[in-house]
Amino acid sequence: MKLNVNGNEHEVDVEPDMPLLWVLRDELNITGPKYGCGVAQCGACTVHIDGMAVRSCQMAAGDVDGDITTIEGLGTPDAMHAVQAAWVEHQVAQCGYCQSGQIMAAASFLDVNPEPTDDQIDHAMSANLCRCGTYPRIRAAIKTAAKNLSGT
Amino acid sequence: MGRIGNIARRTFLIGSAAVAGGVAFGTYAYKKPTDNPLLDHLGEGESAITPYVRIDGQGITLITPRADFGQGGYSTQAMLIAEELDVDPNAVRLDPGPPSAAYYNGAVMEEASPFPAYNTDPIAERARSFMHVPAKLLGLQITGGSSTVPDTFVKLRSAGCVARETLKQAAAQMAGVERSALKTQNGQVILPDGKTLSYVELAPLAATLDPVMDVPLRDESTWKYIGKDTTKRVDMIARCTGTFDYGIDLAFDDMVYASVRANPGIGGGVKSYDANAAQSMRGVQKIVPITSGVGVIADNTWRAMQAVNAIDITWDAPDYPASSDEIWQVLENAISDEYQDTRNRDDGDIDAALGDGDVLEATYRIPFLAHAPLEPMNAIVKVSDDKCEIWTGTQIPGFVKAHAATMTGLDADQVFVYTQPMGGSFGRRLEDTYVLQTIELAMAVKGTPVKMTWSREEDFAHDYPRCAQVSRARGKVANGQVDSLDLSIAAPSTAASWFGRIAMAPPGPDASLVAGAWDQPFAIPNYRVTGYRAPETVPVSSWRSVGASGNGFLHDCFLDELIHRAGADPLMERIRLCHHDVSRKVLETVGEMCNWNGHAIGENRGRGVAFTMAFSVPCAQVIEVTNTPDGIKIDNVWVAADVGKVVEPINLEAQIFGGVIFGLGHAMNCELTYDNYVPDQTNYHRFEGMRLYQCPQIMVKALENGAKIRGIGEPGVPPAAPALANAIFAATGQRIREMPLNKHINFV
Repeated sequence: MKLNVNGNEHEVDVEPDMPLLWVLRDELNITGPKYGCGVAQCGACTVHIDGMAVRSCQMAAGDVDGDITTIEGLGTPDAMHAVQAAWVEHQVAQCGYCQSGQIMAAASFLDVNPEPTDDQIDHAMSANLCRCGTYPRIRAAIKTAAKNLSGT
Repeated sequence: MGRIGNIARRTFLIGSAAVAGGVAFGTYAYKKPTDNPLLDHLGEGESAITPYVRIDGQGITLITPRADFGQGGYSTQAMLIAEELDVDPNAVRLDPGPPSAAYYNGAVMEEASPFPAYNTDPIAERARSFMHVPAKLLGLQITGGSSTVPDTFVKLRSAGCVARETLKQAAAQMAGVERSALKTQNGQVILPDGKTLSYVELAPLAATLDPVMDVPLRDESTWKYIGKDTTKRVDMIARCTGTFDYGIDLAFDDMVYASVRANPGIGGGVKSYDANAAQSMRGVQKIVPITSGVGVIADNTWRAMQAVNAIDITWDAPDYPASSDEIWQVLENAISDEYQDTRNRDDGDIDAALGDGDVLEATYRIPFLAHAPLEPMNAIVKVSDDKCEIWTGTQIPGFVKAHAATMTGLDADQVFVYTQPMGGSFGRRLEDTYVLQTIELAMAVKGTPVKMTWSREEDFAHDYPRCAQVSRARGKVANGQVDSLDLSIAAPSTAASWFGRIAMAPPGPDASLVAGAWDQPFAIPNYRVTGYRAPETVPVSSWRSVGASGNGFLHDCFLDELIHRAGADPLMERIRLCHHDVSRKVLETVGEMCNWNGHAIGENRGRGVAFTMAFSVPCAQVIEVTNTPDGIKIDNVWVAADVGKVVEPINLEAQIFGGVIFGLGHAMNCELTYDNYVPDQTNYHRFEGMRLYQCPQIMVKALENGAKIRGIGEPGVPPAAPALANAIFAATGQRIREMPLNKHINFV
C-alpha cells in the first residue's frame, strides 16, 4: 500500500490491520511517534492525518485515507512549529517521551480552536498522558503558542 | 572553596584512609584511575584527560555517567563540567560513557546510614562518609536516590577544572609562555597576543602532561550556568521535535524485532506452551523459550507482539500468596516482635505515655504501585562468540554488564553496555529482567542484533512494584499539644528484595522500611517509630522516593490527626514541634507563600499542610481543595524545599512539579491489586496517575539554607499525598487513612 508521510510517498508491504504506528516505526524508521500503551490511552503515538490528530496505534494502516504528518514533519529543530517553539520556551519536556504526542495533539487542537479557554485546554489535553508531570508547563506553552499563532 | 587536591582527597578519596589498603581498589587519581574505560578503546591520536572529558579529532565530548530518565541529568552534568571547562554545553557531544567502577556513586548510599539527615554531628558525618566506601569498592554505578547533584557537584566541576588547566599547560608549553598568562573561552585557549589554540589541537600534548591539580574551583560569583534562571536544558529542542532518540528508537540495518511473555507470577516457571499458531504467523522467525517465559523473534515489533500473544502458555505458580487479600493478611500479621527490624526512633517513654488515658488509634494502608514509565522496557542486544553488546536504558549499567557476562559465559571485558536515554523510569530501570531476556533471545540468533520491546500489558504484569504497607498508629495529646506518637510500620524490605535480585542481599536492618517516618525533625516528647520486616510476597523495588513515598503519608497524616485532636493549628504546631532550623524555615516559608491563616477557609473548602524530610531535603506543602458536588477539586499547591544550593532553577521547578503530580496522581487514583498472582491493572485505563484536568496550580520556592547541596528528583513526592488527605479532612471532616483516596471520595 502507499502512504504519504511528511510529504514523502512510501510503498509498504504490510497486512492492512497493522497499526499505522508500527508501520511508521518499524517499516519506515520514523520514530517520533512513540509506543506507550497500544490502546489509545496515552496519546504518545499521536500523528495528524490531513491535519486531524489521530492515535496511530489504533489506526489500521489499511484504513489510512489521507496525508500523514508526524512530529518530524510538523517542524524541525531549525524551523520549529509555533507549538514546538512554545514547548522549548517553557522548557516543557522532562523525559520527553510523551511530548511528540502532546505537541501533535496541541497543534491540531489550536488549529480548530485558536483561542481556547483554560477549560477547553484541560479538556482537550487530558487524553494525553504524561508520567513525569509536565502539565503546568503544557498549559502555559499552549497559551503562548495560541498567542504566537494568532499573531497578537 | 579549596584547591582541587584537597577536594579530591575529601570527596573522591574519602574513606580511603579509613580502609588502608584501599589503594588496590580505588586510588582514584586523574592520572591513573584504577579502571578508566576511556583509556581502553582510544584510537591513535586520541587523548583522555579525565574520565569526564574526552577530546578527540571529532571534538569535545563530556561524559555524563549518571543516567537521564527525564530529570535532566545529562544536561546538569554537562553544565557542571562546562562551568569550569569553558565550553558551550550546547555545542559539545554528550556521552553517558561505558559502565565502570570509576563512576561509582558515593552519595547514593548515604541514606542508608543510621543517622537522620538533620543530624550533622561529627559521628553522623563520619558514618555517612563510610557509606561511600562500599559504593566505591563495589563500583556502584547507580542513578537514583536523588543523588546525581550531590554526588557530582564538586566532582564534575573539578574534572572540568583539571582538564582546563592541563590544556592551558599544554598551550603554555607550545607557545612558550606562562600558564597564568592564558585564558580560556569556548573550547579554546587564548594566548597573550590574542591568538587561539583549540582544545582539540592541544589534546595530544595535554595527554602527556601531569594533570594540573593545584587550582581552586571558580568562585560562585563568576558562575555562568549554575544557579542562573537562564540555564536551560541542552536537549530540549531535540525532545520537542521528535529528533531525540530513546533506547526504543534505536535501529540497526540487520536487526530483528522481538517481544516476550513471562510468568506474571515472578519466579514461577513455564509448565508448558503451544506455539503452533504463532509459528505460522507472518514475519515470525523464531520462537525462543526464555527464563520463566517465551519470546518471539520476528521482522516487526507488532508482529512479534501479536505472535507472542498467540502462544498458549500454562504457568507454574510462584511461591507467594496469590491475592491481595492474602497479602494484606501477611502485612497485618507482621506487626509483632518476631518481625521487628528497626527502631531508630524511641524518644521519651511511649509505653508509659500511652498506658492510659485518651489514646488515639488508627490503621493506615498503602497499596502496591507500578512505576509504568511511558517508554516500555526494551533493549537491543547482539551476541557473538567473543562479544556481547547491549543498548538499553538502565540505571545500573555495571550490574547489567556483570549479569550479561554470567549469562553469556563471556568475560566482563567482552561485554559492552551502551546506556540509552530513557522515557521515564521512576526506579523501574533499577531492574534488568528485560535486558537479560533480550540476551537470551540474542543468544539464539548469534550475530544478529535483537530489539526486544515489552507490550504495556507485559510491563504492568511484570513490574517490581512499590511495596504495600500496613501501619498501626497510636498517639495522645496534652494541653493542646501533640504529646505522644507511636508508629508501627509493616512492609517487606525493598532493599533486600532488590539487592537479592541484583547482587546479594545485605545483612542488617533496612532503613527504607521507616524512611520518611523515623527521621523527621520533630521534638515530640514520646515518639517511637518501629519497622517490621514482613515476609516478601510480590517482589518489590524502589519507586520514586522509595520508603518515604508511603511513610510520608502515614506519618504526616497521623501527626495531623493528633494536631486536630489537640485543637492546634496544623502549620503552627508543626513549626512548634520542629527542632531543625532549616526545616522550620521551610515550614514558615510555605506558610508565607500561601498566606496561611488556618486550615478552615470557608464552607466546603480546606487546606492541608504536610512535611517530609526525604533524601535530606526538608519539603513542606500546603494543598487547598474545594469539595464540589461532584467531588474534590485540588485548587492550589504551595511547595517550599531546601536543597542547599539551587543548580538549575528552571529544572528544579520542573522536578518539583513532577514530584507533586506523581505523588498526587497515585495518591488519588492508583493501586495494583492482585488476583491469581497477576495485577488486575493491565494498562493505563486502570492506572492513570494524574491527567491534565486534575492538575492544580503549583507554586514553588526553593531555599538555600541547608549546609549541603541536595537533589530534588524525589523529595517533592512524599508530602503531596498527606497534604491532600489533610486538606480533604479540613474541607469535609472525612479522615482517609488508605490510598488510593478515590476508594473513599470522588475527585473531579
